[in-house]
Amino acid sequence: MKSIEELKKIREQTLKNINLRKEDGGDTTRIVVGMATCGIAAGARPVLAACVDEVSKRSLAHVSVTQTGCIGVCRLEPIVEIFVPGEEKVTYVKMDEEKARRVIHEHIVNHKVVTELTIGANE
Amino acid sequence: MKDLSLSVLDIAMNSVKAKASLIEITLANDGKTLSVRIADNGCGMDADFLARVTDPFTTTRDTRRVGMGIPLFKLAAEQAGGTFAITSEPGRGTDLMAAFAVDHMDRPPLGDMAATVATLIQGSPDIDFVYRHTAPCGEASLDTRELRQALDGVPLNEPEVLQWIQENLDEEERMIAL
Ligand SMILES: Nc1ncnc2c1ncn2[C@@H]1O[C@H](COP(=O)(O)OP(=O)(O)OP(=O)(O)O)[C@@H](O)[C@H]1O
Ligand SMILES: [Mg+2]
Repeated sequence: MKSIEELKKIREQTLKNINLRKEDGGDTTRIVVGMATCGIAAGARPVLAACVDEVSKRSLAHVSVTQTGCIGVCRLEPIVEIFVPGEEKVTYVKMDEEKARRVIHEHIVNHKVVTELTIGANE
Repeated sequence: MKDLSLSVLDIAMNSVKAKASLIEITLANDGKTLSVRIADNGCGMDADFLARVTDPFTTTRDTRRVGMGIPLFKLAAEQAGGTFAITSEPGRGTDLMAAFAVDHMDRPPLGDMAATVATLIQGSPDIDFVYRHTAPCGEASLDTRELRQALDGVPLNEPEVLQWIQENLDEEERMIAL
């Protein structure tokens, strides 16, 4: 380990962000990535990393990125599901890093579903 | 699976699903053999289930009838002149080991272990992960119990923390990859 001191500094900065997030409340939009064998083999790990990175870079305070098991349509993996509070779930299929960043930009930031990447357009 | 780091991620996801609170990932390369071990203290499996677990038709998933993770990992080891072993006990946990002949043509490359460890921590910030990779020219390691202490209440899956974890571990991995 290079330096635990460095980690302690990160802790101080992060603590401020966490408290800010707590103060302004708000419902959470969830990004869920399928991480069973089918997902991992098809490339879910970099898709998840892209989601985490994009949410953090854009400072999207009320967006969580979580992992789940097999979503049930293995041939369309990697699959990403988006749950916006009060809206119906949208399932994106055959994802890669670039598509994941695009979905976060268009769907989550601009509130416009990327229809061509959804399961409905790919079955 | 394209590389060993993806297999490790996949097998460790079984441990996460088994509600483990501690998952140990140990890679040991003595120059001849690379052994990969994933041990957890999760729910475990009974003897009857364990005897069938390397069969692709053994799964407790309800989304499909096949469970590919363990059979694929076993196959990967055996195709690379290696061995596979698994032990498990209900209520105590599971210990799985695959060994690969380092110079075998069909040995999958190691892949990005730092990304795998960071991915596991991202998905399960409350589980403790102990990672240790020993190679002929050194060692890379990480223990979330130590990090947790330094973070004092800040979750391990904060993006800045994850980034630090991945960068540090990757640097250590690079040092021993020579
Ligand atoms: N570490 C573990 N602890 C307890 N049970 C396990 C563990 N690993 C595997 N199992 C059991 O063995 C079954 C088969 O595992 P395997 O990884 O081969 O397939 P799967 O996880 O069901 O599906 P897939 O890996 O294809 O996504 C699992 O469904 C689970 O019931
Ligand atoms: Mg599995």
